[in-house]
Amino acid sequence: MNTPSQASPAPERGGRPQPLLVVRDLKKHFPVRDSGFGGPRKFVHAVDGVNFSVPKGKTLGIVGESGCGKSTTARLVARLMPADAGSLIFDGEGVAEFRGLHLKEFRRKLQMVFQDSFASLNPRLTIAETVAYGPRVHGTPAAKAMQQARELLDRVGLDAANFANRYPHELSGGQRQRVNIARALAYDPQLVILDEAVAALDKSVQAQVLNLLQELKAERGLTYLFISHDLHVVHYLSDYVMVMYLGQVIETGPVERIYGHTAHPYTRALLSAVPSMDPARRTEASPLAGDPPNPINPPSGCRFRDRCPRAHAVCADRAPELAAIHGAPEHFAACHLNDTASGHPDAGQEFSA
Amino acid sequence: MTTPLLTVRDLSVQFHGNRVASALNQVSFELGQDEVLGLLGESGSGKSVTLRTLLRLHPARSTRIQGEIRVGGQDVLALKGRALDLYRGGTVSMVFQEPGLAFDPVYTIGRQITEAIRAHESIDARSAAARALQMLEMVQIPQARRRFDAYPHELSGGMRQRAMIALALACKPKLLLADEPTTALDATVQIQILLLLRELQRETGMSVIFVTHDIGAAVEVADRIAVMYAGRIVEQQPVDRIVHTPRHPYTEGLLAATVGPEHRGQPLRAIPGSPPDLAALPPGCSFAPRCAYVSEQCRRDRPPLLAADDQALACWHPVRGLVEAA
Repeated sequence: MNTPSQASPAPERGGRPQPLLVVRDLKKHFPVRDSGFGGPRKFVHAVDGVNFSVPKGKTLGIVGESGCGKSTTARLVARLMPADAGSLIFDGEGVAEFRGLHLKEFRRKLQMVFQDSFASLNPRLTIAETVAYGPRVHGTPAAKAMQQARELLDRVGLDAANFANRYPHELSGGQRQRVNIARALAYDPQLVILDEAVAALDKSVQAQVLNLLQELKAERGLTYLFISHDLHVVHYLSDYVMVMYLGQVIETGPVERIYGHTAHPYTRALLSAVPSMDPARRTEASPLAGDPPNPINPPSGCRFRDRCPRAHAVCADRAPELAAIHGAPEHFAACHLNDTASGHPDAGQEFSA
Repeated sequence: MTTPLLTVRDLSVQFHGNRVASALNQVSFELGQDEVLGLLGESGSGKSVTLRTLLRLHPARSTRIQGEIRVGGQDVLALKGRALDLYRGGTVSMVFQEPGLAFDPVYTIGRQITEAIRAHESIDARSAAARALQMLEMVQIPQARRRFDAYPHELSGGMRQRAMIALALACKPKLLLADEPTTALDATVQIQILLLLRELQRETGMSVIFVTHDIGAAVEVADRIAVMYAGRIVEQQPVDRIVHTPRHPYTEGLLAATVGPEHRGQPLRAIPGSPPDLAALPPGCSFAPRCAYVSEQCRRDRPPLLAADDQALACWHPVRGLVEAA
C-alpha cells in the first residue's frame, strides 16, 4: 500500500473512546397498501425504537429471523432510506444535520456490501472501473483512481493483471463478492456494513472471504456492522452481538455473554436451532414452534410471548424494557425474567443457558 | 440391504448449449429401502442435476444422458408417456427448494394436492379432497381445514414447505427427493422441517435422498452421506464416520472450513481457489488444482471410485485409506 490515501484512513473526529456510531430510538414504519374501502391505515413496524452503539475498531453482529428488521436497520444507518424518527451520531457528529458536502463525506466514510454480489455490480463496467468509479466521483484523478483500484483488487486476492478488465458475469460468486469488498474499501471508509455478505457463498469460499474480512479489519482499523442469519459466522466475526425480534432489540452484549450466558429465551431458542454437526446428538425437539409473527399486528406486551416457552400473564400486559443484566457490564436484555420486580413468577431465578 | 430400491450406474449427463457442460460424470450409487442418503456438495457439484435426472425433468432436446437408473426394477430412462407420468409423483416424488415457485399461485393448496391425487388414482373428488386434508394434517399444519382453502401466497415460508411435502407424499411414493428443502428458511423453521422429514420417513418407511450444501442439515437427517464435487461422487460413508473420519481431502477441507464455535479468534482453514468450470474440467482429478496433497498422478489420471462395504472413495492420496479402516 504505497498511496498516501490508503495508508491513512480518514481522521477520527470524536477521539478513540467515543463510539463510532450511536443510534438512538430509530424507527421506520412502512405503510401497507390498504384495501381501498377506507379501513384504518396499517403499518409494518419494520424498525421500532432501536438503540445501539458500535465502538471503534469492533464488529457488531446483528442476528434475527427474516422480517426482524436487521436489513432495514442497516439501510437506515447508511441513509439509503429516510428514518421516521430517531437520531444517528457518527464519529461524534449528528448525521441528521448532514447536507450537501457533509453528506457526501459521510457516505464516503460509511460503505456497504450487499448479499447479492451480481445485482450490486454494474454489468457494463469492468471490475477495475467499478472499483475506481467512486473515488473518481469524489475527486481522485482518473489515472490515480485506476491505479488504486488495481492495488485494491490485488489486496482482496484478485490478481489485477488477470482480472482488472473482466466484467462481473465472468466471475464466480466468491470473486464478485471480493470486488464488492474492494469497491467498499476504495473510499477508505471507517464503517463497513456487511448485509448478509457471505450468505450466498459456498462454504469453502465463504471461509476465504471471512478470513479476508478479518485481515482487512486488522490492517485498516475498520469497524464492521455485520448482519447475518448464520449464528456460527456471527460468533466467529463479532465482538458484540445484537439480537432483534420484530423490529426491536431484545438482547445485546459482548459475544461471549450472548453465546455463553444468554439472558433471553428467544436468543436461547435461536442458538439451539443450529444443527449440532454430531449424528450422536441430533436435535430431538424443535426449540420454537411456528413462524415469526406478522409485523403489522405485533402481539401486545412482549412481542415474543406467543412463541415463548416461559410466557406468563405479565408478558401480555407490559412490554419489557431493555435493561442491564446484573453483574455483567454491557449486557442488556429485554425480558421480565431478569427483573425480580416485574411480577413474573420465575423472575430472578438463575437463567441457565 | 437385499435388493436396493434405487440403483444408479455410471450416470453421465451433458448439457448441450453454446458450450457442452458435463454436469454429471459416471455417478454410481445405491439406495436401500427405508434409507436416507444425504447428497452434499457446493453449487455446480451436480447434486441437483442428479435429482432432476432421477425424475427425468431435464429437457430431452438439449440433454444427453448415459448410464442406467433403476427404481424397484423399473428402467427409468426407458419410461415413456403414461408410465412416466405415473412414475413421477407416484413412485418417486420431489420437494423443491423454493416452495413459493413450485406451487401454482392461482389455485388453492388443497385443490392442487387433490388434483395430484386424482391424476394418479381413479378416485372420486370427494375422497381425494378428504385425503388431501389428511395429508395437510400429517405434515402438522395448524388449522389444516382453513389452510386447505388458502392460496400459496397466504402461507408463510415454513407452511408452504410443509404443504409442498404434503403434495409430494400425497401418492405415497417409495422414494422422496428433497432438493435443498430448508435452505430458504430461517434456522428456527429449518429445524422444524428437518424434524418433520425425519418423522415422516420413520412413519412411512420411504427412502429419501436429501440434497444440501449444509453439512449440519445433512447430519440431522441422513444415514449415509455422499459428497459430490464437479459432477462426481468423491466419497461416501455412514454419517457418523464422515464427520469424524473424512477420507477425501475435499471432505476434510469442507469440514474444516465450516465455521464452528471453536474457530473464534483464529483464521479459518479455507480451501483455496474455486470450483472448476464444468465445460473445461481438468483431465485428472477435478479437485487437484485446489488440493493440498496433490501429485503428478492426480493431475494426469482420474482416480476411480472404489467401494468397500458401506463406503466409497475416489482419491489417489486419501487422508485415510479405505483399507486401514476395513
